[in-house]
Amino acid sequence: MDTNLALLLVLTPFLGFLINVFFGKSLGKTVSGTIGTLAVAISFIVTLVLFNQINSTGKGIEVTLFDWIQISNLKINLGFLLDQLSVLWLLFVTGIGSLIHLYSISYMHDDENMHKFFSYLNLFVFFMITLVIGSNLLVLFIGWEGVGLCSYLLIGFWYKNQDYNDAAKKAFIMNRIGDLGLLIGMFIIGSMFSTLDYATLKTAVSEGSPLLSLAALCLFIGACGKSAQIPLYTWLPDAMAGPTPVSALIHAATMVTAGIFMVTRLNFVFDLAVDVQTVIAVIGAITSLLAATIGLVQNDIKKVLAYSTVSQLGLMFLALGFGAYEVAVFHVITHAFFKACLFLGSGSVIHGLHGEQDMRKMGGLRKAMPITFWTMMISSLAISGVPFFSGFFSKDEILLTAFHHSIPLYVVGSIASVMTAFYMFRLMFLTFFKEFRGTEEQKHHLHESGSLITIPLIILAILATFGGLISLPGNSWLNEYLSPLFTKAEGGEHHLGATEYTLMGVAVLGGLLGILIAYIKYFKQNNVPESDDNIIGLSKLLYDKYYIDEIYEAVIVKPINFLSKFFRDYIETGIAAFVFGFGKVTGEIAFQGKKIQTGSIGLYLFVFVIGLCAIVSYLFLAQ
Amino acid sequence: MNVSTILIILLIGAFATYLSGDKLASKVALLFSLAALGCSILLLNNYNAGENISFIANWINKPTIVLALNADGLGIAMVLLTLALTPIIIFSSFGNEYKNAKSFYALILFMAFAMAGTFLAADGLLYYVFWELALVPIYFIALIWGNGDAEERRKAVVKFFIYTLAGSLFMLTAFIYLYQKTGSFLLEKLYAAELSSNEQLWIFLAFFLAYAIKIPIIPFHTWQANVYQKAPTVGTMLLSGIMLKMGLYSVLRWQLPIAPLAAKEYLNIFISLGIAGVIYGSIVALKQKDLKKLLAYSSLAHVGLIAAGSYTLTLDGLRGAVLQMIAHGFVVVGLFFAAEVIFRRFETREISEMGGIRIQSPKFTSMFLILVLASVALPSTFNFVGEFTVLYSLSQINIWFAVLGGTTIILGAYYMLKMFQQVMLGEANSKTFADVSLNEGISFAVIIAVLLFFGFYPKPITDLITPSLETILSVINKN
Repeated sequence: MDTNLALLLVLTPFLGFLINVFFGKSLGKTVSGTIGTLAVAISFIVTLVLFNQINSTGKGIEVTLFDWIQISNLKINLGFLLDQLSVLWLLFVTGIGSLIHLYSISYMHDDENMHKFFSYLNLFVFFMITLVIGSNLLVLFIGWEGVGLCSYLLIGFWYKNQDYNDAAKKAFIMNRIGDLGLLIGMFIIGSMFSTLDYATLKTAVSEGSPLLSLAALCLFIGACGKSAQIPLYTWLPDAMAGPTPVSALIHAATMVTAGIFMVTRLNFVFDLAVDVQTVIAVIGAITSLLAATIGLVQNDIKKVLAYSTVSQLGLMFLALGFGAYEVAVFHVITHAFFKACLFLGSGSVIHGLHGEQDMRKMGGLRKAMPITFWTMMISSLAISGVPFFSGFFSKDEILLTAFHHSIPLYVVGSIASVMTAFYMFRLMFLTFFKEFRGTEEQKHHLHESGSLITIPLIILAILATFGGLISLPGNSWLNEYLSPLFTKAEGGEHHLGATEYTLMGVAVLGGLLGILIAYIKYFKQNNVPESDDNIIGLSKLLYDKYYIDEIYEAVIVKPINFLSKFFRDYIETGIAAFVFGFGKVTGEIAFQGKKIQTGSIGLYLFVFVIGLCAIVSYLFLAQ
Repeated sequence: MNVSTILIILLIGAFATYLSGDKLASKVALLFSLAALGCSILLLNNYNAGENISFIANWINKPTIVLALNADGLGIAMVLLTLALTPIIIFSSFGNEYKNAKSFYALILFMAFAMAGTFLAADGLLYYVFWELALVPIYFIALIWGNGDAEERRKAVVKFFIYTLAGSLFMLTAFIYLYQKTGSFLLEKLYAAELSSNEQLWIFLAFFLAYAIKIPIIPFHTWQANVYQKAPTVGTMLLSGIMLKMGLYSVLRWQLPIAPLAAKEYLNIFISLGIAGVIYGSIVALKQKDLKKLLAYSSLAHVGLIAAGSYTLTLDGLRGAVLQMIAHGFVVVGLFFAAEVIFRRFETREISEMGGIRIQSPKFTSMFLILVLASVALPSTFNFVGEFTVLYSLSQINIWFAVLGGTTIILGAYYMLKMFQQVMLGEANSKTFADVSLNEGISFAVIIAVLLFFGFYPKPITDLITPSLETILSVINKN
C-alpha cells in the first residue's frame, strides 16, 4: 500500500511527461495543459493522504524498490523515505506546482510548443519529488541533477535566442560545479560510514571529526550551486530568461530550496561540523546582503525578484548556519508562497504588457490590473516583514536566531531586510502607481489577466497572508511537527521576553523604513530610474552586479578557452610531431644508409677490414 | 555449444556477406551479426547455468600455441558489448550507399570476429593474433571508405596502423619472454609465472605501450582524432565503441594480473596519467571545430577515467571501469551516429556550419540530447553508474584523484552543452533538416533504451562481471 502510494506520487508526473512528449502535439494545447496540471494535482492529493497519515502516526514510511548501484562497502538502494520533512516539502512542491501548472495553461497558450513546456514542467516535478523523497543521498542526487536538467531545458525554452541558451548552459555548468562538491561529500561520507542512507547515517554519525567537517563543507558547496549562494549564485539571475512560471516554480519556490532541504536532511552531520556551520552562516549573510544591494537598482522586474530570491535564500542559510533548521524551513515555506505569488504576478504584468519587463516602461497598472496589484501588494508586505503577514514571522525568527548567536550577522541580515522592503516597494510603486509610461498601443490593451492566472495568484496571496500561522512564536505547530527529525532542539523555541519584543519592533521599523524611503523616492518625488547610459557611480557598480560575471569570465572562462586553444594548436601538434619523428628518423637512417650502398667493392672491403680489426681488438681487450 | 560458435558464425558471415553481392551485403551482414548476438545470449544463459563453455584445441606444437577460448563473466560482457553494437552499427549504415558494399560489410563482420576473438582468447599468442587481426579490417575500412582528402587520409590511417602495430610488437616481445620463462602461452600459466619485480616492470611497460596506444592514454593519443575524423562513421563507431575497449579489457585481463607488482608499485603514476587524460581531453574538446574530432577528444577524456579506475586495483575501480566501458561503448556509437545523421543532411562536420536544427527536427533533437546527457553522466543513465563507481574508487585511493577526475562532470557538461547549442539551437538553419527516418530512429532508440535501462538497473551486468573481477583481483593480490 505504502509502496503503491509512493509510486503513484512519483510516477504520475512522469506519466504526464510521457503523454505530453509523445502525444502532446496532437492532443492540442488545452488538453495537453490539463493533463500536465492533473498529473501534478494527483501527486498533491497523494501528498495530502501521506501527510495525514504521517501527521497522525508520527512515523515515517520507508520504501525500498531494488538494489541500484553496488559498491564494495556500500549498497545503494533505489528507495524512498516519506517522513515529516519530505512530506512537508512535497506539500508545497506539488501544491504550488499544481497552481503554477494551472497558471501556465493560460500563460503559455500562445506558444506553439506548449505541450513541450508542460512535459518539461512535469518532468521537473517528477525529479523534484525524487529529490525530496529519496531515502539516500544518491537518490537525492538523481533528483538533484534531474531538476538541474529541467531547469536547463526550461531556461532555454525559447531556444532560438542564443542569449537564453547561454543562460541555460551557464545554469547547468555552475550547478555542476556544486554537484562535484556534493559528490565528493558523498564519497567521504560513504567511506566513513559505509552508507549513504539517511536513516542508517543518523545512527552512525556520532562525533565530529575533521573529515566529517570536510564532508559537510563539500555538501555545502553542492547546496551553494543549487540554492544560488556565493560564489555560485550568478546563474540564477540569468535564469530569468525562462518563461515566468518557470521562474516562479523552479527558480523561486522549489528547486532552489533543494540546498536547504539537503542541509536540513543531514542536520545531524552539520550539527557536528561547527566550523562549517559558521561558514554557512557567514556565506548566507553575505549573499543576502550582496544580492539585496544589487536588487536595489535593477530595472527589470524579474531581475529584482531574482536577486530578492538569492537574498532570501541567503537568509535561510543564515538560519541553517546556526542550526535553526526549523526556522529555515519555515522561511522556505513562507517564501515559496509570497515569492511564487510575486513571480506569477510579474508574469501577469509582463503578459498584460506583451512581454515588457522594464519597470521604467510600466507604471499605473493598479487600476487596469487590480487583482494582480493586490495579490502582489500582499506578497510585498509579507516579504518586507510587515506584521502579521507570513514573512513577518519567518524572517523575524531568522533575525532573532542570528541575534542570539552573532550580533554582526544579525546586523547584516537586518540591513538586507531593510533593503528588501525598499526594493520591493520600489518595484510596486514603479509598476502599479502613477502614470503609465509605456506606449499608447500598450496602454490601449491594458487588461487584467484571465481567471486561470488570477486564481493561483489569489490562493498564493491568501497563503502569503496566513502562512505564518504554522509557526507562531511560542506556539509553533511546525517545530512540533518537525521535532522527530532533529537531535537537539534549538532555534525556534525562544522564550518571548523583552529582548524578543524589542527586536521584533526594530525589524518592523526597519521594514517600514525601507517602504517609506521607496515611497518618498518613487511616489512622492515621482522618480523614474535613469536610462542605462546615465547610471553612474555606485549605482552603476550595483547595476552591473559588481562585475562578478565579468570577473568570472576573465579569471576562469577565458583562461580555460585559451588553454584549450593552446593545447589544440601547440601541444597536440607538438606531440604528434614527436611521435612522427620516430618514423622520420628511421626513414632518414635508411635514406643515409642507402647512400653507402654504392656498389664500390673497394669501399666494402675497406669497411670490412676496419670492422674485422675492431672485433679482433675488442676480443683481445676483453680478455 | 561453446564460445567458438560465435567466432565461426562471424567468420562464415563475413564470407557469406562477401559472396552475397553488393545489393544484399548489408542485410546479410545484419542477419549474421544478429545471429552471433543471439548465440552469445544463449551462451550467457549456459554460463549462468554453470555449464562449461570454453573451447580448447591444439594448434601448433612447437612452440606450444593452443587454440584456447574461454569466457568468464567479464569476457562474456565484452563479447556481448561487441555483438550488441555490431548490428546497431551495421543497421545505422543503412542510410548510406557504399561502393563495393560486399567487401565493406564483410570487413565489418571480420572485424567483429577478430575483436570477439580478442575478448575470448585464453592463450597469449592466440590473443595476440586476434589483436593484430582486428587492425587489418579497420585499416581498409578507414582507407577505402573514409572521407576527406585521399592523400591526407592515407597518411593518417597509415600512421595509425604503424603506430599501433609498433606498440603491439612490444607486447609480443613480452609474450615471448614469458614463454621462455613458463613454457606456455596459456593465460593460467602466465598468471602463475614467478617473476621478479624487475621482470614485471619491463613486462608491464611492454604491455602498457601496446595498450596506451590502443586505448589511447595521453600522450599516446595523437593518432586518434585524425583517424576518427577521416574514417567513415561506421569505422569510427567500431574504433571508439569496441576497439578501444580491447585495450582497456586487456589491461584487466593481461597486464595487471601478469605484472601485479609493477602495477602496485607505480599505481599513482598510472592513475595520474588516466586522470591527466580526462582533463586534457576535456579541455582540448572545448575548441574543436569538427564535430567528430570533438567527440574523439571527449572519448579520450572518458577512457582516461576508465583507465584510472582500472589502475586503482580495487574491486570498485575495476567494476566501475567495466561498467563505464560498456556504457561508453553505447553512448559513443550513438553520438557518432548523430554526427552521421547531421552529415547526411548538411554534408558537413564543421560545427560552425550547423545550428538551427532543433526547430526543424524535434525527434532528432530529443534523441541527440539524451545521448549528450548520457555522455555527461546524468544520473539515471548507465554512464552515471560507471562514472560514479570509478570516481568513488578513486576517492578511496586519494580524495584528490576524485576531485581532479571529477572535473569531468563540469568540463564534460561545458564542451558537450556548448557543442549542442552550436549544433542544434538558435534560429532555423537555411538548409533544410529532415527529422530522423524510421531506420535512424530505431538505431537511436535501441541505444537509448540500453542506456536508460541499465542506468536504473545495472545489477545484471554487475552480477555478471563481479566474480571474474574478484578472480582477477585474487591473482593480483596472490603474494
